[in-house]
Amino acid sequence: MSLVKTFTKGIWKENAVFKLLLGMCPLLAVTTSAENGLGMGAASTFVLVCSNIVVAILRKLIPSKVRIPAFIIIIATFVTIVQLCMEAWVYGLYQSLGIFIPLIVVNCLILGRAEAFASKRPVLDSAVDGLGMGLGFTLALFILGAVREIFGSGALLGFTLFGAGYQPMLLMILPPGAFISLGLLLALMNKFEASK
Amino acid sequence: MLKDMSRLLITLTLIAATAGLLLSLVESATREPIKEQRRLQMLKALSAVLPEFDNTPDTDTITLQNGVNKKGEPIDVIFYRGRKAGELVGTAFKVVAPDGYTGNIEVMIGVRPDEMVNAIEILTHAETPGLGDKITFSSFKDLFKNKGLENADWRVKKDGGEFDQFSGATISPRAVVGAVKKGLEFFRDNKAKILAEGGQS
Repeated sequence: MSLVKTFTKGIWKENAVFKLLLGMCPLLAVTTSAENGLGMGAASTFVLVCSNIVVAILRKLIPSKVRIPAFIIIIATFVTIVQLCMEAWVYGLYQSLGIFIPLIVVNCLILGRAEAFASKRPVLDSAVDGLGMGLGFTLALFILGAVREIFGSGALLGFTLFGAGYQPMLLMILPPGAFISLGLLLALMNKFEASK
Repeated sequence: MLKDMSRLLITLTLIAATAGLLLSLVESATREPIKEQRRLQMLKALSAVLPEFDNTPDTDTITLQNGVNKKGEPIDVIFYRGRKAGELVGTAFKVVAPDGYTGNIEVMIGVRPDEMVNAIEILTHAETPGLGDKITFSSFKDLFKNKGLENADWRVKKDGGEFDQFSGATISPRAVVGAVKKGLEFFRDNKAKILAEGGQS
């Protein structure tokens, strides 16, 4: 598979969220605004690229019997690095993402890519795969966050969109809003795919 | 078999050791910035609730005990004292409202020497977005300005007091009002200790 294809498949054809329905926990929990979605996506992408690279480098050294614990240690290390760096330099985002930063460790998207791709492919392929998958995940988080923010607080990335008369749909910010928007988005996408 | 086992062991140990090393490096690089961020955060909250000051209230503190927690350990309350030209202008301290709608609400209160609230600031809360989280709006926080134990009825309007709850949420404002009142009472009862003792201006 060419590098370009490896990269683009993560964004659309095998999009982690819209096509594989992976990583639902952070997706549903942090997408109360587009900014939170972007932050979470960026953090996950960084972890995914780094862990894919390291797993690909070590793929011949790690005995298959202990590969899962080894992957988890690698992923947890990068997550902790991200967490420390965010607390040190982007404190506001660190506070609004809260517990969901350490929970990136158990995002099945990241372990899934390590197991299904990086442990079998060369370093460059794995890095590109991680980047594509990460960007696809970020895109999904951003779209869902944007939809919920627009309807739930009448704003996008903090800028008010509608006049003062707009009565925000509170439900969209609350947990049920995440499920409803995701369901509608998936339905829209399936319709779009079917009509092609 | 044994050789196989030892290989698994060695691989995992090596990976874990490398991870540990890497993490300790990152931790030492971020330790200072994180400390600074937390300090800035604290100073921001202090400037929001205290009258204008020219000292560093986060180093001019006094710690008192206020009751015990569920485990029987004493609860420490830290008082941050703001001074201007050496004169005490206000004291800030944190109170916790345990009866929020979802968990604790941490409130920073700034009290002037005349026992009146200068301002309050909500530090952490997990109230419902769009309903209870209106306690963080300035329209609510400003209600506390220049209120003291003597000149205000410390209840929400629904309970017959004078603090306006907002539509859709009574529990969150009630929790905040109750916590601030308790804080003021503690301040009044311990005023001599809080204002007098130690610390450098």
